[in-house]
Amino acid sequence: MLTLFFRFALRNTLRHRLRSLLTLAGLIVAILAFGLLQTIISAWYAGVNAASPNRLISRNAISLTFPLPLAYAERIRAQEGIERLSWANWFGGVYIDESNFFPSFAVDAPSYFALYPEFVLPAEQQAAFIRDRRGAVVGAKLAKRFGWEVGDVVPLRGTIYPGNWDFVVRGIYHGRDASTDENQFFFQWDYLNERLRNTLPGMSNQVGIYLLQLAPGQNAAGVSVRVDAEFRNSLAETLTETEKAFQMSFVAMTGAIVSAIEIVSYVVILIIMAVMANTMAMAARERSREYATLKALGFPPHGIGMLVLAESLLLALAGGAIAVALTPPLASAISHQLEQFFPVFAVQTVTMQHQALAALGIGCVAAILPALRAMRIRITDGLRAIA
Amino acid sequence: MTPPCVSLQHVSKHYERGGQRLPVLSDIHFDIQPGDYLALMGPSGSGKSTLLNLIAGIDQPSSGAIVVGGTDIATLGERALADWRAANIGFIFQFYNLMPVLNALENVELPLLLTGLNRRQRRERALFALELVGLSDRLQHYPSELSGGQQQRVAIARAIVSDPTLLVADEPTGDLDRKSGEEILTLLERLNRDAGKTIIMVTHDQKAADAARSVRHLEKGELSALEVRA
Repeated sequence: MLTLFFRFALRNTLRHRLRSLLTLAGLIVAILAFGLLQTIISAWYAGVNAASPNRLISRNAISLTFPLPLAYAERIRAQEGIERLSWANWFGGVYIDESNFFPSFAVDAPSYFALYPEFVLPAEQQAAFIRDRRGAVVGAKLAKRFGWEVGDVVPLRGTIYPGNWDFVVRGIYHGRDASTDENQFFFQWDYLNERLRNTLPGMSNQVGIYLLQLAPGQNAAGVSVRVDAEFRNSLAETLTETEKAFQMSFVAMTGAIVSAIEIVSYVVILIIMAVMANTMAMAARERSREYATLKALGFPPHGIGMLVLAESLLLALAGGAIAVALTPPLASAISHQLEQFFPVFAVQTVTMQHQALAALGIGCVAAILPALRAMRIRITDGLRAIA
Repeated sequence: MTPPCVSLQHVSKHYERGGQRLPVLSDIHFDIQPGDYLALMGPSGSGKSTLLNLIAGIDQPSSGAIVVGGTDIATLGERALADWRAANIGFIFQFYNLMPVLNALENVELPLLLTGLNRRQRRERALFALELVGLSDRLQHYPSELSGGQQQRVAIARAIVSDPTLLVADEPTGDLDRKSGEEILTLLERLNRDAGKTIIMVTHDQKAADAARSVRHLEKGELSALEVRA
């Protein structure tokens, strides 16, 4: 029974090819757009998602723009529950011109990469980086973007720390996971500090953030409280939080944009739902006589409803399947254009699941009214209907 | 004495339009015997199609009883009536009402989806019905690839495939040329004579009525006396 029923629904779907094709195209575009917008949202949260629960960030309690003294390092290290400590400063260098933006940090070379096992750097490159005061480690995507290779000199113009800074690429790291940011530029904090001592002594021995790795079994909240208590009532009080919370504070600044993108992604689905419902309503209206005939032959109303639903689902799921298949290659193509804004721009499995769910929802919702109408049609009225 | 195949007992039907009561059929009372072939004639608006719809269980009377094969169908609910139609009625429509996206074989197989038959059995029965109407060479043809007469023959095969108690035909030759119309009438005659099918046919066409065993005329919702043909 199902075979003939399925054939019936399938051929009904293909009956008005142009209309079905246009609806299918609309479905593909809408579900594709939904997937890409959802991918943008997950790219926005990539830093948050990639954050380790075992890492804490200590920053100046007033604002991130205020530094902390280097002298805090040993006092933080002395706190119970901290296994490793490192620090970094946002450098904000410009390569050639502002359009070539990428994040650049001065990091404590000997300790930084031990805290970030997700940055995979060959041991000899790491050793070369530590040996060379002007050494730099760059992400694989960033290196590819500018064609940098190990040994290349990269000049950056300082914005926060004035002057021209020349670095030598000593290592190229790769991400351990797909969600690891491969667009960052790291150089030695000591190099920054030494130059500042000569040019801007007031800015030397200052750290942007401290990075703390918790010892196994340690409670992040407890350690944060202890660290902040250590510097309470000092000139530079600290605010210590998990890396996730730290990253989240950046996302929160753009929360309205993320919300707007999210709303647009759902509006797109609502619009195509209305378009699809209209298509199904037109199809059902044209088939009034056929539905009446089926009812006259003894088909129960729910059987007629199922036929409308099957037709709607076939169209919606076909569109959904094509859109889901097209999303990763399209996202990959777009990611090259958005690399400097979204270092990690990959379609998540959950996004594809949501796309499939959206297609299913569109198919079901679009069929409700036409199916009810077809189910309720009076046989005598339907038989008089002219298609 | 054999019980009647169809028994209409004081059946009336009226519609309510704009607060007005429009009578269509008044106190219709007659029986149709098993194996009969009755032509219902009358001018447009006389109520003959309404009467056919009532007998076929696709409309409900305002009053009276309609007993078909021992069941008073006026008392059945929508679902029960649908089941009853599937088992007892074979429909032949003026405009064939075939499903355009299904081929001849699939169209004939369609009513059998409501039976407990398996795929092979359904296929065998549909093939047999199409053979009976002389269309075994058009199994894979879609309605749009068939002539009007051929489409009506597919519709007849669909009507008889589940071996119903009663065949109801609403102007079965109304949309056909003379030759095709004659072929359809011959086919209906054969089904009545050789297969013993009880047929009720609504027609305007005197030639079609002449093919029936008996004729009744409807005039303003009232039935004339039975004319029995030789």
